[in-house]
This record gives sequence, structure tokens and C-alpha cells, in this order.
Amino acid sequence: MQQFIATRIFQGLITLIIVSFLAFFLVRLKGDPVDITAPPTFNEDQKQRLRELWGFDKPLAEQYVIFVTRAVTGDFGIAYLSKRPAMELVIERLGATWLLAGVASLIGLSVALPLGIISSLNRNSFFDLGSTMLASIGTAMPSFWLGLMMIIFFSVRLRLLPAFGARDPSAIIMPSLTMGVGMAAYLSRLTRSAMLEVLNEDYVRTAYSKGLITRTVVFRHAMKNALIPIMTVFGLQLGWLLGGSVVVESVFSWPGLGRLMIDSIGVRDNTVVQAALLFFSLSFISINIVIDILYAVIDPRIRFD
Amino acid sequence: MSAGPGQPPATLPSEEDVATLVTGHSRQPSLLSLLRRSPIGLIGTGIISLVIVLAVISPLIVPHDPIRGNLRTRYKPPGFTADDGATHLLGTDQLGRDIFSRILVGSRVSVLVGVVAVMIAGTIGVLYGLTSGFLGGRVDGVMMRICDAMLSIPFVIRVVAISGIVGPGLVTLILILGLSGWVTYARVIRGEVLKARENDYVMAAWSIGQRPLWVVLHHILPNVIASAIVLAALQVGITMLAESSLSFLGLGVKPPTVTWGIQLADGKSVINSAWWMTTYPGIAITITVLGVVFLGDWLRDSLDPNVRGRD
Repeated sequence: MQQFIATRIFQGLITLIIVSFLAFFLVRLKGDPVDITAPPTFNEDQKQRLRELWGFDKPLAEQYVIFVTRAVTGDFGIAYLSKRPAMELVIERLGATWLLAGVASLIGLSVALPLGIISSLNRNSFFDLGSTMLASIGTAMPSFWLGLMMIIFFSVRLRLLPAFGARDPSAIIMPSLTMGVGMAAYLSRLTRSAMLEVLNEDYVRTAYSKGLITRTVVFRHAMKNALIPIMTVFGLQLGWLLGGSVVVESVFSWPGLGRLMIDSIGVRDNTVVQAALLFFSLSFISINIVIDILYAVIDPRIRFD
Repeated sequence: MSAGPGQPPATLPSEEDVATLVTGHSRQPSLLSLLRRSPIGLIGTGIISLVIVLAVISPLIVPHDPIRGNLRTRYKPPGFTADDGATHLLGTDQLGRDIFSRILVGSRVSVLVGVVAVMIAGTIGVLYGLTSGFLGGRVDGVMMRICDAMLSIPFVIRVVAISGIVGPGLVTLILILGLSGWVTYARVIRGEVLKARENDYVMAAWSIGQRPLWVVLHHILPNVIASAIVLAALQVGITMLAESSLSFLGLGVKPPTVTWGIQLADGKSVINSAWWMTTYPGIAITITVLGVVFLGDWLRDSLDPNVRGRD
């Protein structure tokens, strides 16, 4: 087990190194970063000084090594605009994004699991068809549009909820619902198909035939096994959720990492974009390592040696 | 299932197998006849056909100019009729442009981006997956680690970051979505290649000394192409949603090109008063993507039940 965790963390680190590579070259994709970020009034001499100041005059390989060694110590450089360390800005916003993603996943799971289970137990019933239909619409709908519709309804019409910001505790309701609905839609269909597969197994029939009531069979026998594919997809969906947060945070002016990234892109603040990218992928990688480890907890058959 | 080429049938060939051998076609029900039996497939195909037709002919049938507006009829609600008798079915926007006409024309970008980007991503992904799965070993390991790294930056964040740095534009947008969407295909196709490699007729092809490239193209590729098609259908919807997100954030296509995402962005600033500006373009996106989702679901059910895609 310990060895499995070690291997998994090692793999995560390698992934992160490749991501750092991508983030490093992304910023240089459009040619000389100084030409893009320097004010148009700068002459060539001043630009050259900037290049030296930021180290863009060195060979690419050397620049990359410097970038990585600094990044490891938490130094991503100073944000061009706010003149504060990029790392500090990112850490400040990370909590808000995690909070939003956490609440959204809770909403997603607490809708998807019951919906999927009930659907699988009443296959092709009115309820099943209805929830499948709703789930299809939920997958097809742009999440930020759902957010806009909620603003029209709850903020403009009913004046119940704040349309933007994070000052009031109730401000999290709409953004998290917006993100949770997409997740619920996708996960409920997955839960349904995972449950259908498990419900056909011999041990479920055995459980029924020894006279156990449906509730016991579903929760003690079927659910435990259906949880494995659900968890895998849930982990991947968190990536989807983090991606959606970029747009949803912009709609609701939620002070998270996604909005920081969009704002930084707007002012061409590439240091912050790089740091935000790395932290997004760090969050995603760590969550998926945790989920892999949780497999062993849920299913004692899984041993990693 | 009929026996694959080069593989001796285990039992005596049935009449159907003989027909297959003679005509080269199996008598499995064609997609068209399967479509007739599936409401989901029918609705999906119907929506998609309608959107494609509208995308092609929209400039000819729009009731109003979608780009030039009339400042005297700004922010008019749905059903508004101007003095000259012109009716705006879904209202007008901040420049007095007809929302309905703009939605019709907006379908062009969605279709174009959805189809072309997915074709680029699919081609790269299939080639990548074929190479990785076929070569195997250390090369495969390295190629898959690269995929892991790409996937660990969620799709939308990947495209937002790239287009934010590279800049907006229709061609750039298509390239960005195409060049960052291939990873899902690569992973799925690689898995399928690993399975297909073990087929007896692939072994047979090896043993009679066929060249590797021939084996890949003639014996392995046909096995994995169904998964690629199903995945492509699913990815079209995801790509369209990504396009609307990017255009909404101002990172996708720039005005005066009309897209549904730009319309939503226009509407966001006046969401307090002009609800119709944000409502209708979103409905257009949802219906279109719903059509793609239905089509994808139906293709998956009829071609290959094991594909899931969305990263």
C-alpha cells in the first residue's frame, strides 16, 4: 500500500513536471514575451533592459531550469500589474475555488446518486425516462448560461440572492448550483448504468433470494460495487468542474482562481497565468491520487502490489 | 458476429456468413434502419440536420441584417414591431440588431468550429493513439505520460490559457480547440489498439510477413474507427460548448462575427433589463448540443457501448 502511494505520488510529480514544461512554453508561444507585455512607448533599449531583468535574454533551457527551481520554492515571479508575488495572489484565490468546487460536488453527488439509483431500480419507468431526459439537457446546457438564467430569476425577478461577489454567505448558492447541475447530470447517468451492471450480478440475486429487503441489497451489496466506476468518473469530473469554474466565476464575479486567470489574461500578466495553471493541475492531480487511494478503502479486493 | 478476414470460422458458416463472404457486406442492420427504430437517434439527427441547413442558408433567410442594427430600436422586447412594420420576433440588442437573425447566423460559427476542430483533434488523436498502442513499451509509456499531463490541465482551462495568450480569431480558435482536444481520442484509441493487436487475424497478418504500416492501416485501424466516430460525436458537443464559453469570455471569435457566445456576453451587461438577450442564444446552444448528445448516445448504443468521453 505504502509503495502504491509512493508510486502514485511519483507519477503525479512527473505529470507536474510535464505541465510545468507546457506552462513555460505556452507563455513563449507568441514570440518574445517582452514585446507583448511592455508598454508600447518603450524603445528597444528599455525593452532589452526588461529582457535582462526578467531573464528572457538567457537560452531557453536555462530559463526553464530557473523557472522550475524557483517554482519549487514557491516563487513564480512578481505579477506585472499588482507588483505582488504571483504565488501569493494564487494562494489567496485558491480557497475560494476549492470551496466552490467542493460545494458544487456535494450538490452534484447528492442529486446524482439518488437519481441514478432510483432510475436503475425502476428501469424504463416514467421516472427513469424523465431523469434521463433532464440529465441530457443538463449536459447540453452551457453551465454559465444556466448561471445567467438563475441571475435573471433569483436576483432580478425575485431579488432573493446576490448576483455577484462573495460578501454574503448566500452568494455561494447560485455559482455552486450552476456548477453542480452539470456534474449531477453527467454523474446520474453514470450511476444509473453502473448500478444496472451491478444489479445483474449473482450476489445481488443471492441477497434478494435470502429475503433481504431492497434497501439492504441496494446499499450493502450493490452500491458498494457501483461506487468504484462512479468514483473514477467523479475524479475526472472534478477537472471538468475546475474548468467550468473559469467561466462560472467570471459570471458571478466569484473571487477564485478561475477569475484571477481570466483577469490576468486580460492584462497579459503571464506570471500569474502560469502559476494559476500549475495550481489548477496540482489540485486536479492531488485529488485523483486521493481517489486512487480511496479505492483500496472502499474495495478490500483491490491491492496495489 | 461474422468472422474477421483471414480467420477461419469456428463453426460451419451460416447463410449470413456466406453472404458476407460473397458480397463483402454483412447483413447486419444498416445504421439507417436502426435509426428508424430509435426516437433518440431520430430527434438527434433531426436537430443536427436542421442546424446544419440553417447554418448554410441563414444569410439568405434572415429577416433582418444581423450585423447592422437600427439605434432607434435598441433593447426592444420580443415581438416588438417597428413603425415600418418590421417585427423582431425575439427582440433586439444594444445596437438595435435583430436577435432572431443573429441566432440564425450564429449557428455558422458553432457548426464550423464544432466540425473542423473535432476533425483536427480526431485525426491527431487517432494517429497518436495508433502509434502509442502499436509501438508499445517505453515509447507508449512516455506518450501516455504526456497525455496524463495534458489531461491534468482541464480542457476549458487549457483552451482559455492558450487562446488568452495567443489571442482571439476564428482560425486560431479552431486550431486551439483542435490541437488541445486530441488527448481523449489518443487514450481511447490506444486502449482499443491494445485489444485489437491480440486478434488472431492480426497475428496471421504478421506471420505472413506483412509490413507494420500495412498491418496498422488495414487490420488495426478498421477495428478502432467505430470508437473514434462515437467519441467524435460526443466531442462535437463539448467543443461547441467550449467555443461558446471562450466567445463569452471574449477569448474566442471577435465581433463583427456573430456567435451565440458573443450574444450572451452582450446580454450579460444588461441582464437586469433585457432578459431576452441572454435567454434565446442560450436556448439555441442547448438545443444544438442536445441534438449532438442524442446523436452521440445513439451512435454509442448502436456501434460501441464502451466509450465515454469528457475530460
